[in-house]
Amino acid sequence: MNYSPESEQLDNSHRIEVKNTTCYMCACRCGIRVTLRDGEVRYIQGNPDHPLNQGVICAKGASGIMKQYSPARLTKPLLRKQGADRGDAQFEEISWDKAFGIMEERLSHLRETDPKKFALFTGRDQMQALTGLFAKQFGTPNYAAHGGFCSVNMATGMIYTIGGSFWEFGGPDLDRSKLFVMIGTAEDHHSNPMKMALSKFKRNGGRFISINPVRTGYSAIADEWIPIKPGTDGALILSLIRELIAQGLYDRDFLVQYSNSAQLINTDEASDEHGLFIRTESDKEPGCFDPMNELWWDRHTDKAVKTHTEEADPFLLGEFKLEDGTPVKPAFQLLKEQVEGYTPEWAADVTGIPADTIRRLAHEMGITARDEKIELPISWTDAWGKEHDTITGNPVAFHSMRGTAAHSNGFQTIRALAILMSILGTIDRPGGFRHKAPFPRPIPPCAKTPKGPEGVKPNTPLGGMPLGWPADPDDLFVDENQQPVRIDKAFSWEFPLSAHGLMHNVITNAWRGDPYSIDTLMIFMANMAWNSSMNTTEVRKMLNDKDENGEYKIPFIIVADAFQSEMTAYGDLILPDTTYLERHDVMSMLDRPISEYDGPVDSVRIPVLPPKGECKPFQEVLIEMGSRLKLPAFVKEGGERKFRDYPDFIVNYETEPGSGIGFLAGWRGKGGEKFMKGEPNPNQWKMYEKNNCVYQYHLPKSYQYMRNWNMGYLRWAQDHRLTRYAEPINIHIYSEVLQKFRLAAQGKYPGKQPPQHLRKRIEEHFNPLPFYSEPLESQLTDKHKYPLNALTQRPMAMYHSWDSQNAWLRQIHAHNYMHVHPSLGAKHGFGDGDWIWVESMHGKVRCMARFSEAVEPGTIWTWNAVGKASGAWNLDGDANEARKGFLLNHLIAEELPAHESGEHISNSDPITGQAGWYDVRVRVYRANDDEPKETWPQFDTMPAVPGTGKRRSWQGFFAGMFDKEAK
Amino acid sequence: MSQLALVIDLNVCVGCSACVTSCKEWNTSGPAGFMSDDNPYGKDPTGTFFNRVQTYEVGCFPNTETIHFPKSCLHCEDAPCVPVCPTGASYKREEDGIVLVDYDKCIGCKYCSWACPYGAREFDEHQKVMKKCTLCVDRIYDQSLPESERKPACVLSCPTSARLFGDVEDPESEVSVAIREEGGYQLMPEWGTKPSNHYLPRRKTRLHIHEDELVRADNPLKKEERQPSAPVDEPTLDDSTSW
Repeated sequence: MNYSPESEQLDNSHRIEVKNTTCYMCACRCGIRVTLRDGEVRYIQGNPDHPLNQGVICAKGASGIMKQYSPARLTKPLLRKQGADRGDAQFEEISWDKAFGIMEERLSHLRETDPKKFALFTGRDQMQALTGLFAKQFGTPNYAAHGGFCSVNMATGMIYTIGGSFWEFGGPDLDRSKLFVMIGTAEDHHSNPMKMALSKFKRNGGRFISINPVRTGYSAIADEWIPIKPGTDGALILSLIRELIAQGLYDRDFLVQYSNSAQLINTDEASDEHGLFIRTESDKEPGCFDPMNELWWDRHTDKAVKTHTEEADPFLLGEFKLEDGTPVKPAFQLLKEQVEGYTPEWAADVTGIPADTIRRLAHEMGITARDEKIELPISWTDAWGKEHDTITGNPVAFHSMRGTAAHSNGFQTIRALAILMSILGTIDRPGGFRHKAPFPRPIPPCAKTPKGPEGVKPNTPLGGMPLGWPADPDDLFVDENQQPVRIDKAFSWEFPLSAHGLMHNVITNAWRGDPYSIDTLMIFMANMAWNSSMNTTEVRKMLNDKDENGEYKIPFIIVADAFQSEMTAYGDLILPDTTYLERHDVMSMLDRPISEYDGPVDSVRIPVLPPKGECKPFQEVLIEMGSRLKLPAFVKEGGERKFRDYPDFIVNYETEPGSGIGFLAGWRGKGGEKFMKGEPNPNQWKMYEKNNCVYQYHLPKSYQYMRNWNMGYLRWAQDHRLTRYAEPINIHIYSEVLQKFRLAAQGKYPGKQPPQHLRKRIEEHFNPLPFYSEPLESQLTDKHKYPLNALTQRPMAMYHSWDSQNAWLRQIHAHNYMHVHPSLGAKHGFGDGDWIWVESMHGKVRCMARFSEAVEPGTIWTWNAVGKASGAWNLDGDANEARKGFLLNHLIAEELPAHESGEHISNSDPITGQAGWYDVRVRVYRANDDEPKETWPQFDTMPAVPGTGKRRSWQGFFAGMFDKEAK
Repeated sequence: MSQLALVIDLNVCVGCSACVTSCKEWNTSGPAGFMSDDNPYGKDPTGTFFNRVQTYEVGCFPNTETIHFPKSCLHCEDAPCVPVCPTGASYKREEDGIVLVDYDKCIGCKYCSWACPYGAREFDEHQKVMKKCTLCVDRIYDQSLPESERKPACVLSCPTSARLFGDVEDPESEVSVAIREEGGYQLMPEWGTKPSNHYLPRRKTRLHIHEDELVRADNPLKKEERQPSAPVDEPTLDDSTSW
């Protein structure tokens, strides 16, 4: 055929439709435009009119076609066959009526008797506002999404310090930045906006430094790559802080006005108030905000004055005595003392980065921040009523995610990072870090869990949120013996600030009956029998383990998913979910919206195709179950069903009757004339549809920066019900919240006290100023035997385990290698491509080695979740993913070895419960020549379950013809 | 004379493969028919792609560069794939320099793929014809598309806008300016194929710090110095001097 414009006439005889919706090939949530030909997906492109991705799309997004038509799709509700074991994947098809009936009977009994026996845990769902509401209404505390094993340290470490965090909640302002430092970032998160910004930043002449043990992805285009030993980021950051303070390269004015740096702290060790701020009377009613009644030591009058006293200029350094003899120091003095020992030479030993490089890095940051200042001609008024003619920016920006977060020392590392960003004066300023609505929030945010078992009652919604932000020990969710109320032990003394729960310990805890047994575990879109669990092989056994009466230790498991994952094999009841192209969905302000720096943005999905087979959106399952169980939010007063379906729920649900706050912020009010707050609008979906499925609000320029302290913004946020109070949110250089837990551990804080065996752990880790400690797993490992760190990285063309069923994406990554520095091969006698064993103190895997010069030599790494169990995701039993691919998870335990803090303590950050994925230590050695040339461990091939598709031996996808061919 | 081509900026390419699958999804349902996949769900999956990204490491630790290198047909001025074709199926268009295959004439002899020094051609085992990048010739002249979208699918998709598209014979075009000003180069020019696609090299931004930049009169540490003043209640000359 000759190419000519006329050849396009091909399409004239076909039915072409073009529809907008939102991508879901990863968590990025780009706007997409989908072209259908004769009802089949012909082209998925980035929507050029969408604020997030502005027309671009990634490898995953452009492969959505292969997700839609994947033979791994579940299409029918399934019930485990009588007599078949879990894991055998033997199912019979049942009707939705029967599936709902089974769930209704079981769950209504649990709700009437003991609601905590029902546990709902969800994966990468993007609908936590709805799943969380369902759990709360049901009355179970046992709810969380995957944040605990993802990046909760990033959320908590920064939110407890600056009232906001990276990714959905804020990020680097690369439009204005001059120096960008990226530390350990997963390349599949917020990926398109980051790629777009990076490219623009580099082309504008910005300098990009990447600190990472591995040079892949984004790091590849860095102007400088600084390899670092895993888990030592905290040491580097603390050393940078030390050097910046020693050189006077900090933004003093910013710290004085906008942080607690100058506030005086009681340093009398004998006092019960030791380490707390000295406070005066406050004329404000207490609420979820800082009453600003602390003291400064004024340089001019040389005496203590109330913070933010006009004309006063406080000391940041020094020590003073109050009139009553109390010795006090400003918080910044304590920070200076805390980092005194973290010299560049000390950090060089820990991190593997030369001391001169650390010093230079600090100087680059400090001098760029100081000498490249931005002045925007934008006037604004601060929270104390002072008017400013300009907005100042110090153009040094940072980004980090799991590389710093997924360590058991990650919370303090990220606190240190937030403090580094703060002393450079870069918070919510041009060229630095900027918030995204609904952030900033008070430190800590106001949502709280119940404080004890009395919050869990039959036939009653939970007496608080299932997840929250403790402000002091009394906010913990523990019983009178200080024992956890939640199955995952979140918000207990083991992990007090576990704001996202600990999904990675749910199966082990429920199996062991510690703290108690449950009845029904509902898992939505999480592959807990594979890559989302540590200690995968044992967790699979636990899922299938029975007690002495032959009953499963976890009696009933419901799995809702769109694909035949490893986890579906362990379900008793399988609910087939739709793909993203087949459903309504919301990226809600109540959850993790897609806001931009200059104002709130939320968006929706609108189906472009009908559901395949009997697939039902999980949202509809929850609305149906909420109605059947008569959960108050889902029924009218008389108990009749309140919402027809999910779209009806989204339009009409309000957080409280008449609150005007619902899941969507755009086009509220009867005619769509309001936003953020307003009565339900029956045409809301249509208005989103007409507007590229996205609602964007641009704040006035004077509200776009300095939002922690911007009176205009704070009042706007209060008026629009983003926040309850319009009070300033000062940065916590010093964390009094942490100090209160430490005081409790020292027996000095009134109220809840930790159990004896955890006192030392709390006292050590709840340091009100960041400190460096070796990750817990490393501390408990024989490092002579297991000298290496082992990590995973995320390939940009795959989202977690999700894409091996995708015929195009699996051609990019069909199996994974262990990437090692050639010196390891030389030492242990193996070559590039050879089969090797990698062993930790918990287990071992056999895999293939790939030599790389782009990895710190003490580290080995592989791509995450490319390896699959044989037959899972409806691949052939001998697919590369199963025979040459492998999971690192087999080497990682979900619990630490028994040590002084106890047995069965999660392998997690002791503050937040963040899974310590990257803490494992390993050794490598050559596999024998007579061993099978395949990865180990192997598992019995999982059969295709009823309702999944036929695997073609070859295919040629042509939109409009593909399914017809299959028939 | 015009010569359409791609200019690929290795300075910003992060190797995400957006161009790889965007090309596939656009072209597999295009006028030239599907792009097949063998063993799509089995062992050693392999399929037709007009564009692939290769990743290389250059140098030794710690001075390692990781280079992501997207490669597709380079639409050579002297395309060696054209004269070797026995049926005239492989040809170069006069009007815009795009190298194409006329599938009605292609007999699948593979001479062209042997002649191509860049490995840019892909044989479709199921249609028994040779396929390759067309620069999305079915998009770039399509008047029914908005002008901003009359570009190859890979260019539209690229999140880092690393792929520039235009006429390299027009000295004022975006691609010509980029080649001229950013050090654009051709692959293996010694083969004399005069490839039209160009690559832009890595560029480094460095910051030089002068030692005296660490010394400043307004160093904030100076504000923290408390000037010690002698106590007023201790003896002084004021108390004893009398003349």
